[in-house]
Amino acid sequence: MATESGNLRRTPLADTHPRMGARMVEFAGWWMPVQYGGIIQEARAVRENVGMFDISHMGRFHLQGAEAIPALETLTTNDVSALTDGAAQYSLLTNPQGGVIDDIIVYRLSSEHLLVVVNAANADKDRRWIQQHLPPSVTLEDATAQTAMIAVQGPKAVELVSRLFAQNLAELPRFHVTSSRWSGHPVLVARTGYTGEDGVELIIDAPAAQLLWNALHEAGAVPCGLGARDMLRIEAGYPLYGHELNEHINPIEAGLGWVVSKSKEFIGADVIRRIREQGPARKLVGLEVEGRMVARQGYPVQVNGQTVGEITSGTFSPTLEKSIAMAFVNSEYARTGGEVQVDVRGKPVPARIVSRRFVSHV
Amino acid sequence: MNIPSDLRYSRTDEWVRVEGDIATIGITDYAQSELGDIVYVELPEAGRVLQADEMFGTVESVKAVADLYSPVAGEVIETNPAVTERYELLNEDPYGEGWLIKVQLADPSEVESLLTAEQYAAYIEERQKA
Repeated sequence: MATESGNLRRTPLADTHPRMGARMVEFAGWWMPVQYGGIIQEARAVRENVGMFDISHMGRFHLQGAEAIPALETLTTNDVSALTDGAAQYSLLTNPQGGVIDDIIVYRLSSEHLLVVVNAANADKDRRWIQQHLPPSVTLEDATAQTAMIAVQGPKAVELVSRLFAQNLAELPRFHVTSSRWSGHPVLVARTGYTGEDGVELIIDAPAAQLLWNALHEAGAVPCGLGARDMLRIEAGYPLYGHELNEHINPIEAGLGWVVSKSKEFIGADVIRRIREQGPARKLVGLEVEGRMVARQGYPVQVNGQTVGEITSGTFSPTLEKSIAMAFVNSEYARTGGEVQVDVRGKPVPARIVSRRFVSHV
Repeated sequence: MNIPSDLRYSRTDEWVRVEGDIATIGITDYAQSELGDIVYVELPEAGRVLQADEMFGTVESVKAVADLYSPVAGEVIETNPAVTERYELLNEDPYGEGWLIKVQLADPSEVESLLTAEQYAAYIEERQKA
């Protein structure tokens, strides 16, 4: 078993996880739980009931000031100005070449206050990038260390948290956020997630995180690790930075044209507009792989022995009981229903191109 | 970590149980725990003749894929049909229902060269420190 080494960052729940039986690993510079009872068992809990994840490692930046919205508008692909108070959107930070710096969620807390949640692996890079482009009137406060973030996900998640918070969160629409209280502590409750299930993400001050985690556990939420989180997001067809996204991948080929505004200017907009008009050279597709071998990142995708693409993520889906994967495939072959082969360690395994939404209940 | 004292072990995390000139081979509790949820196993056909340390299959978990090596030389006389129906058996009962293959030993004394339970336990500890 891995032992902690070096200067890893610890979430407010880092001591709680091993006490509850988690296996801990390094992830993006953080000491994180990868699994508790077992990845498949945890993923099933989320699909059928309710699971919870410590996602405190994700970066949380507060942008405040009268110019906060126009400032973020130039940095991100989605229409920030379309947000109303309490609404949220999935979006991208892009570079001048149209590549993806990170995928993010922007929450509008008020007309002068945005919360931006970013990937842990990119948090430092993102903070520097955003800071660099902010006018002096807009402040960026990094609240990552002072708060914890817990995702509660599954068909029973909203009901469970509603009961605990004595508040009907079913009334909170998807991709909306509200200020709430639990046990005297302020909590930001967002109806968002990364599992393909309904649920909420909770942000609470660090000192109260353990109490909330324990209360959720006692109420029936199954603790889940990063392993199950990855399996669930692949089943839902969600991209993960470093797999389906990086600075050399544009939003159009990654299938994220729907979060790229056609009506505003932002960094990289002209390049992305051109790609949209001409059509991308390759496309992100879903694959159903024959048999049970897992198609892992980097495995070649072939047609008649010729490489036409590459796997970005793959897993065994316990929900579908199938081997599933995502891959970038040259556009001429990226047709739904198309037959390809995945080169699994020298063995050509048949696969079929399908929708990336393998499992989605939201 | 469960390491039964009546078995012999390889440095590639297989165990061997010898009854007469038949060896039963599987993966250790440590191996299954490191791999996590196992979703697929590829095993050889009966009749295949294996050299010691020869690769005879692969085991695949959600996290990783690992090659299987035969700690002993001999002919494969049986593979476990149960594990290819229920891969979880490798996680749940690696020394029992999760066994993988039976081999007719070419030289039953070869087993003496494998690690004892104590030696294997020390070997795991060494790796965990590294």
